[in-house]
Amino acid sequence: MATKTIAGVTLDITEEGYLTNPAQWNKTIAAELAKEEGIPELTPAHWKVIEFLQQDYREKGALPTIRRINVACVPTKEFYVLFPGGPLKKAAKIAGLPKPASCV
Amino acid sequence: MAENPEKIKKVSIIVSKGSLDGIYPGLIMANGARMEGIDVNLFFTFFGLYGILKKYNNSIKIATVGNPAMRVPDAKGLPLPTLVGLIPGMSAFATWMMKKEMEKLDIPPIPEMLEMVHDAGARIFACKATVDMFHLTMADFIPQVEKVLTVGEFYELSAGAQIIFT
Repeated sequence: MATKTIAGVTLDITEEGYLTNPAQWNKTIAAELAKEEGIPELTPAHWKVIEFLQQDYREKGALPTIRRINVACVPTKEFYVLFPGGPLKKAAKIAGLPKPASCV
Repeated sequence: MAENPEKIKKVSIIVSKGSLDGIYPGLIMANGARMEGIDVNLFFTFFGLYGILKKYNNSIKIATVGNPAMRVPDAKGLPLPTLVGLIPGMSAFATWMMKKEMEKLDIPPIPEMLEMVHDAGARIFACKATVDMFHLTMADFIPQVEKVLTVGEFYELSAGAQIIFT
């Protein structure tokens, strides 16, 4: 397991940079992770997605599919605009969740 | 990994078959590519065109004859001999079974999945040779189809891409 330090906090992460301890996550860290992913600022629309992913993960133990996000949170087009270049992976990483494990 | 080969940036996926198991793999790969930030061009040709024909793409079925891997009632069940696969309703039944499993995985029906990959930024094209052969026009296609392309245009569009034939 690897670690990295953001905003003075040492985080446990996977080789690919996903947090392994959700207790270490907070909004400041999310904003820093977002910058690393090329998203300069997290808007309320970003937060809506991040919170939805976290809630779904808590309830179901898995990340939602793109289809579920489209139905229950944000339209697919907008999702791709908010988190360009791999929306679910990026949003999951920023939300402090594991790497998506589903094909869809 | 010892080496760090260059990431795939762009794919062209050709869908050439019109059965359920002929169309879905291309769509799942297209969606998966977009989820990885990979550019996608989807090119439908021959019977694969039925995947984007608005009148027919919601009734795509699994073939229950000529498929020696086909088993019933599930993937580890008994082999389905071609003669049994011929019985009317077998194809509809197998399709229904598989769709039920796909729904559990949140894989959408074909028309919705095409809308999804299109919303995700994949571009969708039809093959000119087949369109002419089948006497089709743009009006026959779902609205997500951008253009009818010649093979030459398809290759131009695929510059720098990996080409995947399904």
